[in-house]
Amino acid sequence: MIEALQFEFIQHALIAGILVSFAAGIIGSLIVVNRMVFLAGGMAHASYGGIGMAVYFGFPIFLGASLFAMGAATLIAFLTLHKRHRMDTFIGLIWAVGMAIGVIFIDLTPGYNVDLMSYLFGSILAVSTEDLYFMATLLTIILFVITFWYRDILAVSYDSEYAKLRGVNVRFFYTLILILSALTVVIAIKVVGLILVIAMLTIPVYIAEKLSSSLLSMMLISGVIATLFTLTGLWFSYSYNLTSGASIILVSAISLGLFLLLHKTKGQI
Amino acid sequence: MSVIDIENLSFSYDRDIILRNINLHVEELDFLAIIGPNGGGKSTLLKLILGINKSKNGNIKVFGKTPAKNLSLIGYVPQNTNVNTDFPIKVIEVVLMGHVGAKNPLFGYGKDEIACAMGALSQVGMQEFSQSKIGSLSGGQRQRVMIARALCAHPKILILDEPTSSIDIKGQKEIYELLKLLNKSITIIVVSHDISVILEYANKAAHINKTLSYHDISDKKKTFHTHNEGEHFCEIELLQMLGSECNTCENDEATKRILWRETK
Repeated sequence: MIEALQFEFIQHALIAGILVSFAAGIIGSLIVVNRMVFLAGGMAHASYGGIGMAVYFGFPIFLGASLFAMGAATLIAFLTLHKRHRMDTFIGLIWAVGMAIGVIFIDLTPGYNVDLMSYLFGSILAVSTEDLYFMATLLTIILFVITFWYRDILAVSYDSEYAKLRGVNVRFFYTLILILSALTVVIAIKVVGLILVIAMLTIPVYIAEKLSSSLLSMMLISGVIATLFTLTGLWFSYSYNLTSGASIILVSAISLGLFLLLHKTKGQI
Repeated sequence: MSVIDIENLSFSYDRDIILRNINLHVEELDFLAIIGPNGGGKSTLLKLILGINKSKNGNIKVFGKTPAKNLSLIGYVPQNTNVNTDFPIKVIEVVLMGHVGAKNPLFGYGKDEIACAMGALSQVGMQEFSQSKIGSLSGGQRQRVMIARALCAHPKILILDEPTSSIDIKGQKEIYELLKLLNKSITIIVVSHDISVILEYANKAAHINKTLSYHDISDKKKTFHTHNEGEHFCEIELLQMLGSECNTCENDEATKRILWRETK
């Protein structure tokens, strides 16, 4: 394993894993406490539309996916703020339509046979330097937003009705949380793929929720746990020549099972 | 001095009339109970007072201004404080939310804000729980925390929506005793189904079922004060207390039926 660290692609994979894990821990916490898990799933799949368009028009994949996912997030925010009780319908709609757009655009691209699998299940071993910059920038933005608006985000997440009464711009922060979720989903696609991203956003958070007494500690603990899972998963992937995204998710799931078992037996004593 | 003035207020969703021609004047240090059937418009009236809903017909003035301008003078305790109990948040953070929107120091909370929040917690007797997770509290304790959150901004009026709906009998009585104590310096408005309890503590009662009928029950309570301190009014007393004035009610019999059903 140690000798593997001299390869640039392994170094990139490790750095990407850490950056994405922390972003996923922080934003995953917000997604879970705001009960937006399926919303995030919908955005992840919808962003495939952006990937398809980026391939067709020839601009960077990350940029295309980000813009498309942000568009989907804004649309979902607009729709759900007005018709919250129909949220599940809209999520399903955006989920499928986004993917369909992606597939059609890839079809239309002449002579380009894109590796669909790498977007569905991740390609952490193919992270470029530009990708790393993009991930680092996003994590910086997330940290910045959380630092400056922690109280407002906490208030909106915990009790949006009351936050509104106290003069917090609930719409703005709801949309902001959605857009940050969309961007996090996009960078997580590189690591675990758009199908598995949901697990990365929820499993570490679920464990952290049991261990923390505040949203802030939940975010930090989730980030640390997600990093552990990602690095362990990568190690398995490297050692046994397995798909990295799926390895990370299974490591997470098995750890969650063990954690719950421990948690339960501890509770019984 | 009147703190809330509502004149000729009507409100409707689409074409359904929810409230018709409401007139209500709340005096300083009143303890007003708002009662009435489900769907009768109680919560809608609260939302209008809080400025969440706006009506084109009629006037609402809070300390002489529109509700939106004097929001900081109103403390609000919403219904359903038992939702979201898994949320990882400490009691003190919930109370500090009462400050949100006022001023925003970079990251975290100011010392004065924490002191203020601790003060609000001790007012409701919950200061020792300040570092507990909100989900670990009982329903009654959580309700006290929500009252502390409302008190955090030093309101002149405290509005509570069904504050005891999910609390055991002992907890309910404690909440009302707390409100009685707070009533010495704050005007209190409570929407409630527990008529027999609430009227023990309230000095005014407003029954809302599209229209509003208003009762000053402070005298009547003395007349009926034959039982021991702390006991509830029985149904007969309630009916006599309100029933005698119900010639102002639009449908007297319906009101009585509602009272019967709800006090069971």
